[in-house]
Amino acid sequence: MKIQVTFEKDQSIKEVSVEGNTVLDLLNHLAINPETVLVVKNNEVITEHEILSENDCLELLSVISGG
Amino acid sequence: MSNQNSCSKCEKKGIILLQHGALCQNHFLSYFEEKVFKTINKYNLLNRDDKICIAASGGKDSLTVLYLTKKYLEEKKISKENLFALVIDEGINNYREHTLSDLKEFCNNYDIPLKVVTNKEEFGYTLDEAYPIINKETKKKPCNICGVWRRYLLNKYARQFGATKIITGHNLDDEAQAVLMNIFKANTKLSAGLGPISGTKEQDLFVQRVKPLYFCTEKETRLYTVLKGFKVDFTECPYAADGFRANIRDMLNDFENKYKGTKQSIINSFLAMLPLLKEQARGESYAPPTRCTICTEPANKDVCNACVLKEELKNA
Repeated sequence: MKIQVTFEKDQSIKEVSVEGNTVLDLLNHLAINPETVLVVKNNEVITEHEILSENDCLELLSVISGG
Repeated sequence: MSNQNSCSKCEKKGIILLQHGALCQNHFLSYFEEKVFKTINKYNLLNRDDKICIAASGGKDSLTVLYLTKKYLEEKKISKENLFALVIDEGINNYREHTLSDLKEFCNNYDIPLKVVTNKEEFGYTLDEAYPIINKETKKKPCNICGVWRRYLLNKYARQFGATKIITGHNLDDEAQAVLMNIFKANTKLSAGLGPISGTKEQDLFVQRVKPLYFCTEKETRLYTVLKGFKVDFTECPYAADGFRANIRDMLNDFENKYKGTKQSIINSFLAMLPLLKEQARGESYAPPTRCTICTEPANKDVCNACVLKEELKNA
């Protein structure tokens, strides 16, 4: 399925085709450790187990401080 | 929604997965705040008559600890006159001005007095100016210079403003990283200075440092700031490139992802060993700090590290 992902850090937007239907599948696809991000959908934080739908728009917030 | 995704306390939709299950927004907020308040109480981090200096930067950890310390004092009916924030402006272009602006706004909104001390006024140089000069002669990295001056100024001005405790925003991730870094580099003596409360009361020259976020992970802390709507600037420090710490951090996050609770277990193991490390450090070469012969601030040698840097600038 296709998901639109916004990366908070640089405000870049990426359209991603993912096999599977959970946030964890998406993060695995992007090679992002779930410990390092918060995932936001419709202004709500969601967990790695959340089921996604086609064309969902997500934002990834970085957890790690930059110094 | 799968069951794994439901709050382990109320079956509402979970927003974070922890070692023992998911938590919804309300239960996460209670869990987080209770954890911080329990840490303060269990380790006796604050006393009713303490004058509290919060070492602030404007980052997520310092805003969280500012907010929750004020809340703790209100709940305990302790006067907020006992609280102030202190920020060190190192003079790092395109970085500190952003976080400082957020911090000023936050302190204004929450009615917390903020004091600003600058490297430029104290040492005559911003970090941006001092680093290339010192580095040319000594190869010292910017974080070495920044760390020495920051610790010096925090202690000096916290003490001058009458503080009996310095609160820092160090979290579980910071501490677990420090523990492993000290083990990997065989610097176990340095670990004796870690823990939720550092220093000893007998050392009047050094203000005790305490860490209310000691058991909060970095992810939990960021989530708390998001849920509370704190404005946090995520501009990276241009000098933040400590490869060793970053590698330890990544390794820990990999382990945490595979084995939930790893960071907490490291800290639990460390806390079990800490009394022995402290005793060993005291027994080996304990000498109370003296005063720097140049600036009269506390030092473990004749000249403190901050003045050593100043001398290097003078002689360059």
